Parts: sequence; structure tokens; C-alpha cells
Amino acid sequence: MADKTQKSAVDALAGRLFDGMTIMAGGFGLCGIPENLIAAIRESGTKDLTVVSNNCGVDGFGLGVLLESGQIRKMISSYVGENKLFEQLYLSGDLELEFNPQGTLAERIRAGGAGIPAFFTKTGVGTLVAEGKEVREFDGEMYVMERGLVADLSIVKAWKGDAAGNLVYRKTARNFNPMMATAGKTTVVEVEQLVAVGSLDKDNIHTPGIYVDAIVAGAKFEKRIERVTTRPRQAKASV
Amino acid sequence: MAWTREQMAARAAQELRDGFYVNLGIGIPTLVANYIPDGMSVTLQSENGMLGMGPFPYEGEEDADLINAGKQTITELPESSYFSSADSFAMIRGGHIALSILGGMQVSEKGDLANWMVPGKVVKGMGGAMDLVAGVKRVVVVMDHVEKSGAPKLLTACSLPLTGARVVDLLITDLGVFDIARGKTPLTLTALADGVTLEEITAKTEARFEVALT
Repeated sequence: MADKTQKSAVDALAGRLFDGMTIMAGGFGLCGIPENLIAAIRESGTKDLTVVSNNCGVDGFGLGVLLESGQIRKMISSYVGENKLFEQLYLSGDLELEFNPQGTLAERIRAGGAGIPAFFTKTGVGTLVAEGKEVREFDGEMYVMERGLVADLSIVKAWKGDAAGNLVYRKTARNFNPMMATAGKTTVVEVEQLVAVGSLDKDNIHTPGIYVDAIVAGAKFEKRIERVTTRPRQAKASV
Repeated sequence: MAWTREQMAARAAQELRDGFYVNLGIGIPTLVANYIPDGMSVTLQSENGMLGMGPFPYEGEEDADLINAGKQTITELPESSYFSSADSFAMIRGGHIALSILGGMQVSEKGDLANWMVPGKVVKGMGGAMDLVAGVKRVVVVMDHVEKSGAPKLLTACSLPLTGARVVDLLITDLGVFDIARGKTPLTLTALADGVTLEEITAKTEARFEVALT
């Protein structure tokens, strides 16, 4: 078994970064984002990036740090509402943007990783999304053709992983990470817990190691919460 | 007089049925969860990858790995499950979700919905809205009947870019309820909000509609 473990996020990305590349970054909002690998990409200074990610972080955190440093040329996303700097860069023409419906984005990545160059979906028929794309009728309904999507590099965040690259995600931090792991020409993963080979339940591995080229235990995880929402505790009944 | 946000949510909750898997949008649709009738089993889907959404956590028990599609912290239930975004949208696009309740900017008499983009203003993105209207079996839209300016939002044709064409089954506004049936039958007013007259709702609606109050 090849040991895919790397000592640091910088080591894990060494030799895998180049200007003008396409990077897929896992996460939904700030949940399940590869924060250590994003920091290492910032440190590298690699620029003119096309980044595929459902969102683009917030000001000062997540992919927002790569906007601040001017390293991103184009985003492919479904929703970018939480980022003032994004708005400024987009309106000034310094940032390109391609919106995909969220399910289309997820399926494009899944298809790309599975070697499927294109597929048809009802999502977006009759809207701006379908403009310039082939629309075809199947069984009396109209569908638009969408292309599979691959990247030069995928950066993925998992909860637990082993040296073979087997991964387990936690709760809704899974989101886009498993598909992106399959769609990168090279895939680098950061985990909260790097565990001994053999300790993960083999029937419950979410991403098998074949998709993973390098794995690193994240140096630190801030795991910032975008919208803390709580309910009041029931007041104890007074006697 | 017109319905409040809470009254609109309560009216939307009448569309729920026992055993339904349901996706609720952000805003008034989220409030529908507070009006699920006692004894009715409804499972809420969150498109970022969860079935069986629980209530907000107690303070101090928030989990950064457990959020809903509005990025709010939530909790799990004994029957909850987690899955990837691809699996989540396979449920949505594959027609496995019974009902979606969404907000709207404009709705047309043909059942077109616009709720994601105002040209010339900042564009935030469609998120999962286009997938939901394309794939969910029944789509209910909840919105104010008119703009803040007083301009109608129930139109003969939407002027804003569409989220989906011929996708809306039912529209609930603060003034009443309209059966749209994805444009397959004529637009029909089926209920008036408390204290709202037919004259008022007609004056505030651009679309042509029939009346069959129930």
C-alpha cells in the first residue's frame, strides 16, 4: 500500500500548483471547506485560478482569502451572496463568474469524475441557463445538455482519513467533497483526524482511496459558523 | 387587512400531507415548519445534504458541521440521514421530493417563476432553486402580492429572468390563494385573505384569473 500521507498542506500541494489552473474546492458555505489547503494556496501565490466551488467563502475566510489576494480569475458557483469583495471585483470586471444551478453543478462534477462528458437535465430549461446549449426532447419533456466537469486539482475536506486515502465525512460537511474528490486530475485531502490504516469501518467509507493522491492532517481547524442560530432553553418549571 | 407572514406560512402548511418529504426555501417558507399539524409525519430535506432536519440547537450546542441550506445551525433527529450534494439533487431532480415551498419575486399566469435575479442589481445566484422547481412534484410559491412600490407581482408574463417555466402549482400571497396548475388550467383564485375584497385583489393583479372561492 502506498502511503499518501504528507506532513503539511504546503507539502501536500508541492508540485501540483501552476498559474491558470482549475481548482475544485469542497464545501457548502463555510461548512466542510479545506481551510488549511486554501491557506497553503494563498501562500503559494499561484494565480489566474478558475475555482469551482458552490460558494466563494466570506470576506476574510474560506475562498474569500484568495479573492483578497487577487489569485482567482474566474468562479464557477451556484450562490455567492455572502461576500462584499466578490461583488466589488465582479462589478469592476476583475472577476469572471459562471453561475450553475446547484444540482447541475453537483451533477457536472459527479459526471466529470465518472468519465461522462455530458448529460441532459430538466433544470434550467426555458431560462438563461439553457441559452446556447442543446435542448432535446425525451418522452415528451424538454431537457438541456450540460457538460461533465473536471479540474486540474481538487482540494477536499474530510473528517477522518487514512494513509491509503480512504475518507469519511461528517454530517452536512460532506456536501460537494465526495464528487470533487473524483473529478480532480489530482486530489489533495485535509482531514481532522488521520487514523491508522485498518481502523475505518470498510463498509462505511464514503470516498475510497483510489481518488486521493495526497492526504494531510490539518494543522488547525477554525470551522467558523456562518449563521449561528439557536432556540431558547425551556425555562425550568418553577415549583 | 391581509395575511401576515405567519398566516401565509400556516396556509402553506395546509399543503402538507402525512408522509411527505418536503423542501422549504428561505424566508416565509422556513416558517412553515412551525405549522406542521400535530400527529402528521413530514420529513424536511435540506439540499446541502440532509433528510430529517431538526430544530435549531440550544445555545452552546451548535455544530459547525451541521447546517441547513440557509447556512443556519440545526440539529438532527433519530431518523436523519446525511448524503452528498449529488445524492441530494438526485432526490430533487429525480422527482422523489413531494413538495417544495419557495419564495418568489414574480409569478405568471402560466406558472412561470422568477425568484433569483434582478438585472442591473447584484446577482447572488440561483442556488438550488432551479433544480427544485424542475424536479419536485408539487411547487408552492409564497410571496407578497405586490412590490413595495405597489406594482403587481402576479403577471401575464414575468419581466425578470425565469427560475423555471410552467413550474408553479399553487401561489399563496398576503391577499389570497391562486391555483395555477403549471398553466394547464386557467389561473383561478380559490381563497381571499381575511378582509380582502375581490375588487382589491383584482386591482392589484395584472394576470387574468377566474374565481372559484372554496
